[in-house]
Amino acid sequence: MATKIPLRVYNGRSQQMEDIPVFSEQAFREQILAAVRSGARLAALFARETGRGNFKLTALLAQNAGGVLSVLETVVGKTYQSLTPECPQAAVFEREIFEQWGVLPEGHCWLKPLRFHGGYSAGGKAGGCENGPDFPGVMDYYQLAGSEVHEVAVGPVHAGVIEPGHFRFQCLGEEVLHLEISLGYQHRGVERVLPGGPDKRTIHYMETLAGDTTIGHALAYCQLHEALAGCRVPARAQALRAIALELERLANHTGDLGALAADTGYLPAAFFCGRLRGDFLNLTASICGSRFGRNLICPGGTLHDLRADQIENIQRSLAATVKDVKTAVRLLWNTPSVLARLEDTGRLRRKDCEHLGLVGPAARACGLERDVRYEFPAGMYTVTHIPIATWHTGDVFGRAYVRWLEIQRSAAFVQEQLLSLPVGPVRRETKKTNACQMAVSLVEGWRGEICHVAMTDEAGRFSRYKVVDPSLHNWMGLALAMRSQQISDFPLCNKSFNLSYCGHDL
Amino acid sequence: MMKMTAIVFWLLNLLLALLLPGVINKTKAFFAGRRGLPWLQGYYDFWKLLHKGAVYSRTTSWVFRASPVIGLACLLTALALLPLNGGQALIHFAGDFILFCCLLALMRFFTVLAALDTGSSFEGMGASREVWIGALAEPALFLCLTGVAAATRQSSFSGMLSSSSAGWQQSAPALILLMASLFVIILAENARIPVDDPNTHLELTMVHEAMVLDHSGPDLGFILYGAALKFWSMAIVISGILLPLRFGGVWLDGLLLLLGPLFLGVVVGVVESVMARLRLARVPQLLVAASAFAILGLILLLR
Repeated sequence: MATKIPLRVYNGRSQQMEDIPVFSEQAFREQILAAVRSGARLAALFARETGRGNFKLTALLAQNAGGVLSVLETVVGKTYQSLTPECPQAAVFEREIFEQWGVLPEGHCWLKPLRFHGGYSAGGKAGGCENGPDFPGVMDYYQLAGSEVHEVAVGPVHAGVIEPGHFRFQCLGEEVLHLEISLGYQHRGVERVLPGGPDKRTIHYMETLAGDTTIGHALAYCQLHEALAGCRVPARAQALRAIALELERLANHTGDLGALAADTGYLPAAFFCGRLRGDFLNLTASICGSRFGRNLICPGGTLHDLRADQIENIQRSLAATVKDVKTAVRLLWNTPSVLARLEDTGRLRRKDCEHLGLVGPAARACGLERDVRYEFPAGMYTVTHIPIATWHTGDVFGRAYVRWLEIQRSAAFVQEQLLSLPVGPVRRETKKTNACQMAVSLVEGWRGEICHVAMTDEAGRFSRYKVVDPSLHNWMGLALAMRSQQISDFPLCNKSFNLSYCGHDL
Repeated sequence: MMKMTAIVFWLLNLLLALLLPGVINKTKAFFAGRRGLPWLQGYYDFWKLLHKGAVYSRTTSWVFRASPVIGLACLLTALALLPLNGGQALIHFAGDFILFCCLLALMRFFTVLAALDTGSSFEGMGASREVWIGALAEPALFLCLTGVAAATRQSSFSGMLSSSSAGWQQSAPALILLMASLFVIILAENARIPVDDPNTHLELTMVHEAMVLDHSGPDLGFILYGAALKFWSMAIVISGILLPLRFGGVWLDGLLLLLGPLFLGVVVGVVESVMARLRLARVPQLLVAASAFAILGLILLLR
């Protein structure tokens, strides 16, 4: 018999569940560690109950160079040997598994609650919270001792209108020695209500996983649904979806650049970009009536089509808006006092970035070529490529500059798509999802790689649905970027990552 | 007569001080292409706060309650030291500019004490930063005012401001250096960009704002008014020296002097619109540069 290897899967295509190779616990571990050593990323790692007190762990490995996705599984009991000490990017997944199922990763370096909710097993207790679910944020924090060390606790209630999250700084004067981030305040239990689907509610759950990534998550879900149902999406719908996804990126990246300017106290660019973000959102609204793209994408295609006059309007206002963005962003790059704040702030080393498995602009700002649109293309991106925007500095400036490059490339992409929109229908009826299938769907949202994995039971219903928001990978990156930085630079650094709280908390 | 006009102008200045934040905001709004807050927003806020109740944390002591009142009293006195009618101040004596600096320092001292009194980590950070900046800004302020005293050969504000035109004729280069230094000090002392960002809501980056997070109601009103008065009185000093317009008529000179702070408000608004805030670790460099300018000015005068 040939040696077992992980099953190669493709973005937006389904597999028979029985084809997924099940390794022994030791081999599973070795396979993952070897893949990560050779440059792969752990895109997802999750557990599901198989009865008799056993759990099946599924790992999704993404080899960005070459664009290879592979899946492997193992069966574990109540404990297994933790991957985290050798593979830090597994840390958050193992904490999640521990919290959801109480499966203990032995030797995990920093096992603490992730979202502070009750366990998933019937009557089960969440791992880490033996007395039932605690209030979010109630746990032992990492502390430094010393007469000159002081602790600063920020949140969960913040001064601005943002989501709740708790940040604990250990500082020596103005210098941050350590930052610990504790989330979970936004946990709604989305992952628990998805099994049994897909039903009428599913798409709405997806659109509200993270409100600013409505298109991204909806698209990831729809690709998954279509893969499981064996449905081919019309070309025109593919193009419209890509346009919507890029408009979402344009709006958020522009808003982020404005917010960075505001945090440095440079108001002209801040106000300018704030308005322009609205202009991009209005373009999405002109397609579907919702500024955030609700009810635009559905399984099988899109719910809205573009008429010729609408296309012309979008082309015109997009060109005008992008021209204004150029002016606003030029203000940023031409103001030395702004650059002095951005450069060398919150620097993340490329090596740390690789170890933590960061995604999105944060990874690309460290020079890592990680972009789903290029490496694991699906839909329109198989036909039209967008070059990967990278920068080498890994600091706040790098993350801002990557956004600026992506703004230009996304705008060009949208214009190109609008010029040559395929003709035909925008929607095809979807059939029922097939039984005993497994599918993976990756989408490059504006924050980074959105990963959805679904498995269906004998009746073709979801038996497990896993969502990995890019924020889940990247929060640790923020904590690391703050080491030995000035505490007064935290807001700037935080904004340069601009991670989702609800996307993390689900 | 002189005494009477001094009182009238003191009251007039007290009344107009809250206009200064409005002028800055309007200027910034103009640069950002916005309509901006109403000119009189400072007054609306002050009025609103006076009618609110104050909340006091159980951990605070009398220091916390006394600080806003002491701060305001310091500023009321400091303003009385300035020759607001263009002639002689309500209170004037040789070396009164030293008292002026000390009153500002006293206000800072009590604001910092009140901040530490709360025990909050934000306020503690704000207090630590305020003292850090103050330790660098205060010597520079002393050097500046000493320089002006040397240039005008006067030892009280009343003399310094009324004979600044003579100073400009004899030692303009030195005065230019001193005024450049004084301008930076005014930005630093009044928590403006590039030293502090008065608009920010981010506790971790605040300096002055972080120290007063726990104050509410009339106390906060006093603090806001005190801050406006501090800015106003320093603006009177710099504009009184920079624009030595004296026609001898008490009413005319006093009214002309009122335009100075408003003009400075526009300048500050422009500065805030064209540059970002400095990284906090860079602030000392700016203040040391201000001190260097002041020392250079003094050397020019004393050579």
